[in-house]
Amino acid sequence: MNIDLSRRGFLRLAGAGVAATSLGAMGFGEAEAAELAHVRAFKLATTTETRNTCPYCSVACGVIMYSNGDVKTGETAEIIHIEGDADHPTNRGTLCPKGAALKDFVKAPTRLTMPRHRAAGASEFQEISWDEALTKIARALKDDRDANLVQTNDAGVTVNRWTSTGFLAASATTNETAWLTYKVVRSMGIVGFDNQARV
Amino acid sequence: MTNSWTDINNTDLVIVMGGNAAEAHPCGFKWVTEAKANRGAKLIVVDPRFNRTAAVSDYYAPIRPGSDIAFLMGVIRWLIENDKVNHEYVTNFTNAPFLVKDEFGWSDGLFTGYDEEKRDFDKSSWDYKIGADGFAEVDMTLSDPRCVWNLLKAHVDVYTPEFVENICGTPKDKFLAICAMIGECSAPDKVMTSMYALGWTQHSKGAQNIRGMAMVQLILGNIGMPGGGMNALRGHSNIQGLTDIGLMSNLIPGYLSIPTERDVDWTTYMSTKGFKPLRPNQTSYWQNYPKFMVSFMKAMWGDKATAENDWAYDYLPKLDVATYDILRMFEMMKQGQVNLYFCQGFNPLLSFPNRAKLTEALSNLKMLVVMDPLATETAHFWQNHGEYNDVDSAAIQTEVLELPTTCFAEDEGALVNSGRWLQWHWAGGTPPGEAKHDTWIMAGIFQKVRQLYQEEGGVFPDPILDLNWDYADPAEPTPEELARELNGRALQPVYDPADATKVVTEAGKQLLNFSQLRDDGSTMCACWIYSGCWNENGNNMARRDNSDPSGMGVHADWSFSWPLNRRILYNRASADLQGKPWDPNRKLIEWTGERWEGVDVPDISPTAKPGEVGPYIMNPEGVSRLFTRGMMRDGPFPTHMEPFEAPIANALNPQLRGNPAARVFEGDMAQFATSEEFPLVATSYRLTEHFHYWTKHNPVNAALQPQAFVEISVELAEEKGIANGSRVRIWSKRGQIWAKAVVTRRIRPLTCDGKTIHVVGIPLHWGFMGAAKKGWGPNSLTPFVGDANVETPEFKAFLVNVEPAAEEPVA
Amino acid sequence: MSDTAPQPTTAAANPPVQALEGNLGPAAVVRSSAGGPVSTEPAQMTKVAKLIDISKCIGCKACQSACVEWNDTHPEVGVNTGSYQNPHDLTPEMFTLMRFEEWVNPDTNDLEWLIRKDGCMHCEDPGCLKACPAPGAIVQYSNGIVDFIHENCIGCGYCVTGCPFDIPRISKVDHKSYKCTLCSDRVAVGQGPACAKACPTQAIVFGTKDDMIQHANGRIEDLKSRGYDNAGLYDPSGVGGTHVMYVLPHADKPSIYSNLPENPSISPVVEGWKGVTKTAGVAAMGVAAAGAVLMSLFTRGNRVAEHDEEAAERLVETDLKHDGRGES
Repeated sequence: MNIDLSRRGFLRLAGAGVAATSLGAMGFGEAEAAELAHVRAFKLATTTETRNTCPYCSVACGVIMYSNGDVKTGETAEIIHIEGDADHPTNRGTLCPKGAALKDFVKAPTRLTMPRHRAAGASEFQEISWDEALTKIARALKDDRDANLVQTNDAGVTVNRWTSTGFLAASATTNETAWLTYKVVRSMGIVGFDNQARV
Repeated sequence: MTNSWTDINNTDLVIVMGGNAAEAHPCGFKWVTEAKANRGAKLIVVDPRFNRTAAVSDYYAPIRPGSDIAFLMGVIRWLIENDKVNHEYVTNFTNAPFLVKDEFGWSDGLFTGYDEEKRDFDKSSWDYKIGADGFAEVDMTLSDPRCVWNLLKAHVDVYTPEFVENICGTPKDKFLAICAMIGECSAPDKVMTSMYALGWTQHSKGAQNIRGMAMVQLILGNIGMPGGGMNALRGHSNIQGLTDIGLMSNLIPGYLSIPTERDVDWTTYMSTKGFKPLRPNQTSYWQNYPKFMVSFMKAMWGDKATAENDWAYDYLPKLDVATYDILRMFEMMKQGQVNLYFCQGFNPLLSFPNRAKLTEALSNLKMLVVMDPLATETAHFWQNHGEYNDVDSAAIQTEVLELPTTCFAEDEGALVNSGRWLQWHWAGGTPPGEAKHDTWIMAGIFQKVRQLYQEEGGVFPDPILDLNWDYADPAEPTPEELARELNGRALQPVYDPADATKVVTEAGKQLLNFSQLRDDGSTMCACWIYSGCWNENGNNMARRDNSDPSGMGVHADWSFSWPLNRRILYNRASADLQGKPWDPNRKLIEWTGERWEGVDVPDISPTAKPGEVGPYIMNPEGVSRLFTRGMMRDGPFPTHMEPFEAPIANALNPQLRGNPAARVFEGDMAQFATSEEFPLVATSYRLTEHFHYWTKHNPVNAALQPQAFVEISVELAEEKGIANGSRVRIWSKRGQIWAKAVVTRRIRPLTCDGKTIHVVGIPLHWGFMGAAKKGWGPNSLTPFVGDANVETPEFKAFLVNVEPAAEEPVA
Repeated sequence: MSDTAPQPTTAAANPPVQALEGNLGPAAVVRSSAGGPVSTEPAQMTKVAKLIDISKCIGCKACQSACVEWNDTHPEVGVNTGSYQNPHDLTPEMFTLMRFEEWVNPDTNDLEWLIRKDGCMHCEDPGCLKACPAPGAIVQYSNGIVDFIHENCIGCGYCVTGCPFDIPRISKVDHKSYKCTLCSDRVAVGQGPACAKACPTQAIVFGTKDDMIQHANGRIEDLKSRGYDNAGLYDPSGVGGTHVMYVLPHADKPSIYSNLPENPSISPVVEGWKGVTKTAGVAAMGVAAAGAVLMSLFTRGNRVAEHDEEAAERLVETDLKHDGRGES
């Protein structure tokens, strides 16, 4: 035997002795044309970067979103990857298992895409238009407020309090959304107003 | 958080108790592992479970859920007994020397003034002695038996190490080892930080748990210090912001308060906001309340808020009860008193206690509106999902609207982190389908309601018709427009108070910060504490200079931190009475002889002389409070209370159940169990693989932690015949759930009051929507009762039972 | 325009979005399986390494999550079997896995929760590459990364057998072998691996191997000061050292960390390849035949004649044990 036998040769040798058929099955014929070593194409090349903040916990890690397309120039943008922002003083580019999978939250199969309405007693939602949805809500708000706003208490003090409608605000909306929500809810006199601070 | 995430790097000792930072805040917890690696800091974990934080701790001790006050009062007793006290701090920076009324006292687990029928205290005796000069009386020698320090000593006397062991189940040697580690941080150059979260808040006495540790930190002199502080790790990305902006029943942005019925008019309301200093020379910054309040009213109603109409005071609702918090609203819903309910990015069906009651309540609504990026359980509460949501759809008459919103990736604006940083972010993706921004939806609803009032008239339409809506596109106010309102602007020229001829800000310009707010209607500002976030320098929340010349993790030019870009609250207290830093190696600010200077914005007037003006500028006392006067419903000191569902009686008074001052609705008391019926202590928590009920929609996180489980000890598993990985049934007096059993040595039985106490751990992430396996959360089991002060539900300590269950049939 | 990317020295950096010429191509290949093409004058790159510090690890699985996201894999939503470990094992869709072990330290009687991130160790002397019969299916770059070139993979499973750490997994979908690439596509453009970048506590760090050893020494010193007298670096010499290393608080007992091998080495069967002149007889035939067996197990679509299989089974009976790993 040749001491410099290459491994391929070695295999051939062994194969020839016992299991010739399986060599063919292994596709060794194709092996002659082995692809040259290469790594996967770097998938972020030519994407658009946008800085954002992880919406989960209050550490508020900096993230960079990579998209095909740029919303800032009016294009449709599809986020293809999100990872930590190494420039951020708190997280320094790191992310937890939730933050590291943010892209899959953005693209979750159960993301809502259309307003839906469930009629009393129905067993399914039906899609409706935004205008229909907002009109229904506005009507319900006004009717309930007109019927139930408490303008004065028993002592005759002006209280302008509305308790039969309530509003739960969230935990991950922006300050700006929060302020607009505050204005709308408070101006109507709603006191059953709360957020997710406790849970 | 009093401090910032990056500041944790400055600590010598971290105590994680009432939280699980590694699990719930991994990237913030980084600064714990950094402090350990960089400066040899130590980490203590006190928790019912040996959790992920404990996995990298230097010292772990177990504790029975719901017994933290006993532990903390025991620590205080040990610190005083062993003279591990920063005396200069305690004497000068806390109310230790303040004399308390002679009528005040404590016995049998209760403070003076308890009225069992009202479940409330008459708090009139819980206050200082006020001298003839109108100021509180003090004894700086701390020798008067009625001074706070001596009352505290007497109060904690019962909490011996033996008592702690008996109540908490924490072995005495472990408790003492922890006391010794904590005690080292009373030295001026040693600092401990406390990191806690819902492990302390979700109890019927949650606020008192936190006070307990805050008192420890004051006694050690660790509040205001770099590497110190009380660090509440907020749960959600902007719950700090939503609380700052007052999206709660009784709040106005910036921690102002919604009037009650007792505030019959503006003058009466304002008379309760005087905040006259209780000691000479003190700042008592809340004396500026009228400026903040008037500027808020101008932000709401603009020109329609005038001095003549008391700034439109009648437009604000007046409360008849303390709060219409979520628990109350669901109780009212159950009683048929609520018709219409909105959930904006909130999934209460899985978040609030006693799910059966929640389902019944939601079924009584006429209309439920859900705004969310995801299909939530709440939006689908009426839909039958087999055993996971076993409802009769046809019988539920609630109309439901499910509105698709954008998520973080598709919107722009600021979120406030736990360290009070307002960080701006930008949209980078196109919303899916017809998903819309919350601002567009809220504006749309408002415009339509306003239109209805314009067209039809109606009941008291004024606050709606007059609401300031000065936006370029009324259908969708922009984040920039709204952020600028939060900062505030001059409506008329704003003059220098020291020189009435000098204009500091011209009309129409953004205010520099809240020092420019006025109570004469010349300024508007939606949220005074945010003022400075978007001034004439531009959007300071978008700043991205991450340099840190101090080397102390201050990052003063990164985003904007409220208030006034201050990174560490109470930082005046990082220096001693003369204004010298307690630890020269951790110099944050110091008194130069003329003014306060340093790497952080001083939390005091820059020229306030040390020794004269106290460091706690928001308090009329000028100092911090070991004794909280009548400001908390359940006592001026924390006192041991058992959970409403407890395995043993209250050792201080066996007649007491839960927090004696906590609100309990009539039907709920009957649903509290005793340990005879339900012998096991349950507690609920997050897992790091998931965020609440969102990430189960995400296939990646669903794969990392796919299925609901409960954790039990090897000993309990043996007793009940439960195999690891098998299916078990867990039930309480309010409901039942099934889950897989994770049998672990990380939970051990505890011995309390001579009884063996088993703990059942119940993670909270599963429901009937999304990518993960369907399951249940702990809220099917938990009692419908909240903290006496803030109504946070008691999710962390309740009673259950467990038994083996048949495996789920293979689908 | 494209520039050639620099060699990475850390994972704490933001990826580039401009087109860059990667530095891990055929020219950087120093070893290639079964006589696959290697560079005659390979670009000599600095050796890199990933260091996993068990004492800083909180078991959060950010590494798993980041790995899935970067590599666009799709691990299935499984079930809970009484452990935090999910998926339960490495799979062709999950290249790295946190393994959890509860261990009571006999010296202190304290519980320790030992959590180890498992995955390819990128051996300097890679058993997988040595065992691989498919030319160019497994390569090693001059910076130490061992990478699978899937176009050349025949799914035979030799690499599974050859691996002293039981890492590669064969896909039932495309019948190819998968494992951690050390994010070779990121390293090629000067970035560190996705797991190291994500790791919240920086229990996973990445850089030159020299830097990582130095960093490990600092960590070991800290651990010793905290009473971990046997803290040490896991960089096993039996495989020539590894480009993924661990800091172990109890380095004297690697096996307590979810069966981390005490002294990993390439199986004698695979080593048989090396000493071919001496052992080319039965042992060699055995390995080749084992390939046929494994083929029949792992790549059902391929043709293996029954008599070949039987013959092969007889031959390898005493040489090679397999436990069906690779199925997932």
